[in-house]
Amino acid sequence: MKSTHTDDATDLGELKTPGKWQGLLAVFNYRYLLKLIVSKDMKVRYRGSFLGMIWTYIKPLTQFFVYYVVMGIFLGLSKRGENYALYLFSGMIAVNFFTETLRQCTRSIRSNRGLVKKIYLPRELFPVSSLRVAMVHFYPQVAILFIFCVFSGWFGGVTPGRILAIIIGFINVAAFGLALGILFGALDVFYQDAENFVDVINMLSSWVSPVLYKWTMVAAVLPHWGLMIYLLYPVTASVNLFQLGFWFPTTSGTEALPPHVLINGGISMVVSLLVLGLAELVFKRLEGRFAQEL
Amino acid sequence: MAEKKYAEKEKFDKKAALAALTPLEEETTPLMVQVNHVTKKFRLQKTVSLKDEFVRRLLRRKAPNDNNIFTALDDVTIDIHEGESVGLIGLNGSGKSTLLKCISGVQQVDGGFIKTRGHVAGLIEVGAGFSNDLTGRENVYLNGAILGMTKEQIDAAFDDIVAFSEIGRFLDTEVRFYSSGMYMRLAFSVAVYSNPDVFLVDEVLAVGDEPFRKKCAKRIKELKAGGTTLVIVSHSTKQILDFCDRAVLLSHGKLIADGPSDEVLSIMLNRRVVKVKEDED
Repeated sequence: MKSTHTDDATDLGELKTPGKWQGLLAVFNYRYLLKLIVSKDMKVRYRGSFLGMIWTYIKPLTQFFVYYVVMGIFLGLSKRGENYALYLFSGMIAVNFFTETLRQCTRSIRSNRGLVKKIYLPRELFPVSSLRVAMVHFYPQVAILFIFCVFSGWFGGVTPGRILAIIIGFINVAAFGLALGILFGALDVFYQDAENFVDVINMLSSWVSPVLYKWTMVAAVLPHWGLMIYLLYPVTASVNLFQLGFWFPTTSGTEALPPHVLINGGISMVVSLLVLGLAELVFKRLEGRFAQEL
Repeated sequence: MAEKKYAEKEKFDKKAALAALTPLEEETTPLMVQVNHVTKKFRLQKTVSLKDEFVRRLLRRKAPNDNNIFTALDDVTIDIHEGESVGLIGLNGSGKSTLLKCISGVQQVDGGFIKTRGHVAGLIEVGAGFSNDLTGRENVYLNGAILGMTKEQIDAAFDDIVAFSEIGRFLDTEVRFYSSGMYMRLAFSVAVYSNPDVFLVDEVLAVGDEPFRKKCAKRIKELKAGGTTLVIVSHSTKQILDFCDRAVLLSHGKLIADGPSDEVLSIMLNRRVVKVKEDED
């Protein structure tokens, strides 16, 4: 377009309402800032720490060994199926990713109140940066799992569908964690109960999902419709998807996973994205009051 | 001496001054900030806990009244054009800072509307985006990005920012170890080099020692000369006279006067204030 230079106003754009809600996608316009906030969060997290990022390996491995020894050996679950260790680890990383995303997103608005109160930025920037930090902690766990899978013959059983399962599982759990995180992050501004509530959701999600035990144990006690809801619950669905993608290829293929893991996972992902949309609507209603409530 | 002062005060007629206020000249430059019949209210109430609510019902007490509403801005209308520098003045609690926060978008108005054009950035509070755990260098980048600069813009302005802040060899030290003066200087430097189209300044020009304050004043005047639109909140008569051609007086959220800064200041202070033409330093 040719600028005629008769009207200076065109150079500066239209008159706009300041601080108007722009939606989650506006965060993409702030990629550079997002990157800086994520690296700041990482630095703050490991400030004064000698081991630093090594903790992201130590913590899940410890958790894994505790689970494995207690559930697998003491309670004898490891004898009930092939490669119990990989079964456990596949589900565990999905749940860990979810719980960390949700916990950090929920705190993100309140803990950045200095900025929220003083300078206008799309407020979704803070939950999204928490999601990114959780991803930084998630990837090393995937890497460890992947290495163990490869040594257990993963390449012998992998199919494109199973790789797709991992991708859908990741998107599903990230979208669901972010959705609840945005919702409770906004509510946390008004009632700090949100943080405690989220701890409860996290605890339930970790124990309800078939990470330590087999889904058949749940199927035995739930009615059919209850089982459907159970399998579509995004955290459960992602656990199953990760098991299908990481653990299942290492087995002889006779192990039981719930029927239609991939289809259920796809439906569950759509549900997660819808929940994300709903959470955004709530966020939109509340975010105008953030600055004065904090 | 005291008597004389009293006499001077007597001579100034506030009402007459208000009536004789020089009308604003018609501006030909584009409108940058449009504040249109803006009202902003705050609810002065704490969060209620379940326990409090339960005890209240048990004792059959009345619910805390919802009338506890504070009107921070009441039907305020101001148009600010490109290149203008406007001072917002008034006593504490008059709504100046609230208005600035509404213009920056941090707070939303309850009635009327505000529109802005171009890139609006502010020195609402120096160092709001600073992180103690980052070095000076990292904070320059983080804050530049918060103020809406791209990486390229920060790279280009980086040397100027560091030179302006005078923090020298502490650049790669975590800002937690900075003295409060150094901290403020660095934060201020980032803000004054963020090159917004509309620059909002809230009572932050009292930064650092005398030489640094002079430098800041000089930089603000440079911005003004370069066509940046300024909106300044200040309690300092001198600063308002120095930086602003126009001032807006607010009292209890209402707009009392809008006109040439010396005249409006006179009305606020209830005494004649004269703008002294200063020499170029």
